[in-house]
Amino acid sequence: MTSTENATTVTDTDLLLEVDDLAVHFPITSGVLFERTVGHVRAVDGVSLRVHRGETYGLVGESGCGKSTLGRAILRLVDPTSGSVLFDGTDVATLKGEPLRRMRRRFQMVFQDPLSSLDPRQSVESLLTEGLRAHGLSRGGEADRARLTELMDAVGLPSGALRRYPHEFSGGQRQRIGIARALCVEPDLIVADEPVSALDVSVQAQVLNLLSRLQRELGLTYLVIAHDLAVVRHVSDRVGVMYLGGIVEEAPAGDLYSDPLHPYTRALLSAVPVPDPQVEDDRERILLTGDLPSPAAPPSGCRFHTRCPWRQADRCDTERPQLRVPEGAGPEHRVACHHAEAIRDGRITRHEVAPEAVDQSSGTGPAAPEQGGSLTEFLGR
Amino acid sequence: MTPAGARSGDGPLLDVRDLSVRFTRRGEPDTVAVDGISFDIEPGEVVGLVGESGCGKSVTSLAIMGLLPGRGPKVGGEVRFGGDDLLALSDSALRERRGRDLGMVFQDPLSSLNPVVPVGVQITEALTRHRGMDKKAARTEAITLLERVGIPDPARRVTSYPHQMSGGMRQRALIAIALACRPRLLIADEPTTALDVTIQAQILELLRELVAETGTALMMITHDLGVVAGLCDRVNVLYAGRIVERAERHRLFATPRHPYTHGLIGSIPRLDSDPELELPAIPGSVNDNLPWDTACAFAPRCPREIGRCTEVTPGVETAASRLLRCHNPVPATSA
Repeated sequence: MTSTENATTVTDTDLLLEVDDLAVHFPITSGVLFERTVGHVRAVDGVSLRVHRGETYGLVGESGCGKSTLGRAILRLVDPTSGSVLFDGTDVATLKGEPLRRMRRRFQMVFQDPLSSLDPRQSVESLLTEGLRAHGLSRGGEADRARLTELMDAVGLPSGALRRYPHEFSGGQRQRIGIARALCVEPDLIVADEPVSALDVSVQAQVLNLLSRLQRELGLTYLVIAHDLAVVRHVSDRVGVMYLGGIVEEAPAGDLYSDPLHPYTRALLSAVPVPDPQVEDDRERILLTGDLPSPAAPPSGCRFHTRCPWRQADRCDTERPQLRVPEGAGPEHRVACHHAEAIRDGRITRHEVAPEAVDQSSGTGPAAPEQGGSLTEFLGR
Repeated sequence: MTPAGARSGDGPLLDVRDLSVRFTRRGEPDTVAVDGISFDIEPGEVVGLVGESGCGKSVTSLAIMGLLPGRGPKVGGEVRFGGDDLLALSDSALRERRGRDLGMVFQDPLSSLNPVVPVGVQITEALTRHRGMDKKAARTEAITLLERVGIPDPARRVTSYPHQMSGGMRQRALIAIALACRPRLLIADEPTTALDVTIQAQILELLRELVAETGTALMMITHDLGVVAGLCDRVNVLYAGRIVERAERHRLFATPRHPYTHGLIGSIPRLDSDPELELPAIPGSVNDNLPWDTACAFAPRCPREIGRCTEVTPGVETAASRLLRCHNPVPATSA
């Protein structure tokens, strides 16, 4: 996509999106008639990031790390608890009513599952013109039709597709319709939440190529959210790695993959299966033990310390590390780890971590009770 | 990982000959999900079945286990396991073999575990039935098994219900159930697809250890070539219900000969590939097939299609321990 030297010479006028200390907490309620709030799921907890015009920012993390919630909060599909989201200079987090509605034209979303995000009873034409009408971009039947045909062409579908319904298409084609829908209102920013994870391998590459071609032609800015590190690396200029509601490392895509500094990033990279037996046989695996702790009761200090093979006794479990530029790394490389340099230089070695039992009643979803008790214990309290 | 030691001269453990599964529906043409698949698995070997959705990989495993619904599908061919044809066994005889000789791990552990029974009971069930243990011994064995698959605090976990466990732990519990009777063959159908990468790495490592330790043969069904690359000894690539290529994993990934395998390996974004280059995608989708009877099913999507591909079914060629079904394969040197 855009070359990386672009990203290093940016000035603040190139900034399209600036997220500052954003938090999204979902309340956990208890009781039937009088709902008491008994705790909060800290889905996103203090995230700051900047996205420049024309670049692709990739967000990776495992399920439950808050990456989707972050994407939705940026688009105001969920309301942030605190913090600000500056989009082209306007704080989206506090916008309301008509100004927010008008603002929405400028940021659009591409969803993971194209079938459930497209109305099954609307033809593709009606799906696409709806957005045009809602934002006053409609210029009458003929002109609209010409525009839609052009759009279909841009996403690689025949213009005959306009008269058909979502169920008549294959998964990859539906995702193209989802992309066309996002494009039809001429947005500046597209947030793509797992755009290819529901697709077959051979079709994934088609959609990824389409996304990068559209970016080149239309000068779009992308925020790509995905769990697949290889996909994110392929499309992104800069990548942020999320763990339990916070960004733990952020760097230009190349740097992150060649020189990962955060222990979690290292473990994540070593866990990705590579379709090459030689690489698979030789590589060093950093296996994490245990599961993601509940975001309703995140660990104190560094959130990763419960699973970190490099954990130190001094301040890992008491002081939450902030994103900082470590010594000897590029100016764009930021990491939230107290001991990043020592780990890189080999001054700290890995040790065994005993897996901690993580109770959960419903995965890491919002219903996970506080203090990690089982559901029955929880109800009895 | 290492097949050498476990291989013996007794012939294959599982020998699938010309297996076909045909779903019939009234008033509609039959759907051929599996179209004459033949492969074998040696004792202690890890064999991969790779393909995209709809290629018939899961139906193959269900047919081997006799788990397809009774009415509807027509199953043909032979599945020889330890001297018997599994397809010809009666229901009760097959039930004796399942769980004891054949274990299975499914994709979604939450829907394959019984939600109202503690996992410990679900493990002891197999132990008391197939290994004739009494309740107490079975419980002790269940704790040992849970510990073996890496579940922390196993003594407490035997009483847990599936909903109280995380996805990775559920999958571990499912593996413990499948291994309870020390089966000779374990069939794993997308065992890590529903899991996160770090958990996937844990489960794959566990399977690798268990195979090396117990000598169980493993049939790994997956769509992820990365998983196959690190785990399987031999790999079968399926397309539209037929095996299009089979080879030892190093050979398959180094020199894929079938254009589908070649395209599939090329179209995956890799951590060590150049992101500036456009991915070589396979055009079309898995639905754009021709019937195998009169052509090569892959021909409409194939970059190496020649006239014959749409007119004649490509035959199976076996050369230098590689099986190939293609009229115009990728030259062995380009890869």
